[in-house]
Amino acid sequence: MFKWLHPYANPEVSYNFCGKLQPWLFRISTIFLVIGLVWALLFAPADYQQGDSFRIFYIHVPAAILAMGIYFAMASAALASLVWQFKLADASAAAMAPIGAVFTAIALITGAAWGKPMWGTWWIWDARLTSELILLFLYLGVIALHNAFEDKNLAGKAAGILSLVGVINLPIIHYSVEWWNTLHQGATVSKLGAPSMSAVMYWPFLICLLGFSFLIAALVCLRFRTEVLARNSMRPWVRELAINSLRSEQQISCNSQQCHSNNPNQGTK
Amino acid sequence: MNPRRKKRLAIVSSVLIGLGAVAGLVLYALSQNIDLYYTPTEIVQGKKETGMKPSLGQRIRVGGMVVAGSVKRDSNSLKVSFDLVDLGPKITVQYDGLLPDLFREGQGIVTNGVLVGATLLEASEVLAKHDENYMPKEIAESLGKDYKKKVEQQAAGK
Repeated sequence: MFKWLHPYANPEVSYNFCGKLQPWLFRISTIFLVIGLVWALLFAPADYQQGDSFRIFYIHVPAAILAMGIYFAMASAALASLVWQFKLADASAAAMAPIGAVFTAIALITGAAWGKPMWGTWWIWDARLTSELILLFLYLGVIALHNAFEDKNLAGKAAGILSLVGVINLPIIHYSVEWWNTLHQGATVSKLGAPSMSAVMYWPFLICLLGFSFLIAALVCLRFRTEVLARNSMRPWVRELAINSLRSEQQISCNSQQCHSNNPNQGTK
Repeated sequence: MNPRRKKRLAIVSSVLIGLGAVAGLVLYALSQNIDLYYTPTEIVQGKKETGMKPSLGQRIRVGGMVVAGSVKRDSNSLKVSFDLVDLGPKITVQYDGLLPDLFREGQGIVTNGVLVGATLLEASEVLAKHDENYMPKEIAESLGKDYKKKVEQQAAGK
């Protein structure tokens, strides 16, 4: 069934595939983010109660949704690595963890900035805010475990177990506003049925969400490729790659400085 | 799948199911304590499942809607008193301090304070609870009172 996936278990094939994807993902995300954010921050109408403060929604909500999305992707990679022992799955999980942590932090910080004028407080220990903070700590724990061991297979196993255990937190975050009385309002968009938002406000949100998703995909490609290189640094194809890039760098710097001194040994070792 | 993978998958999934069950039971046991606030009805009649009531002098949070026409401000100080309601009985809140921007009659709020009488709360903090509905001013005005009613029903039903 998964025959078509098999070539990508090879680090070199995956590295090149992501290298081809990466510039396109960056371009698409730039287009979406520019359109979405300009529309959202300048042209979307102000909310009838919150005025312009509600615009933080366009960063806060995509960041919060995607922070959970990245966590799910990371945990899936961890499962693939633990059960089928794909080494590349570990590399991708290690690549995703810091990105997810940053988006969780963005969600928490923008939420606090909105909470101060609207609720009257930066922080409150309600179920939604607390479970989101736990998500940040889970990410930090996964990052720490990935870096705690010299042996990357062992590190991947430890971090993978933690990220799988942490999956339990995802439904808790999502349903916290329904299960308990919280200060945080209920879901506006991430629910079944129509969003509790006017269409003129909803469309820029969708574009922002798409833009941030592509940005994350691009960043994951970028980090995944460096992870693959670091983990395969002794392989001939990586050495060849390093030598080639060193050569072309030298050529560029020589061309610009008009240097003619030849160092035949440099770059080949 | 070969037997070793099958075994690993079985171990991982059984650990996850076990942990899920543990988390579910813990959350179920804690479910009353994770609530951020009491509603006015719960203060008078006790929590639905356990019948637990807060005692006098206890520091609690109360969440409800500000009753229209109940806000009384002291003209010489920041002192303010207002009534909170959800579905049933009302609670009176006295507060001395700054109110958040979103505070208004009909707005859902959460307040933190000491219960000094059966239905009287001496508040030390008042937070506005925003609902999940967003819309431009023009639409809100055209929906007018019907919309407000709907929101109030939703909030009360929750």
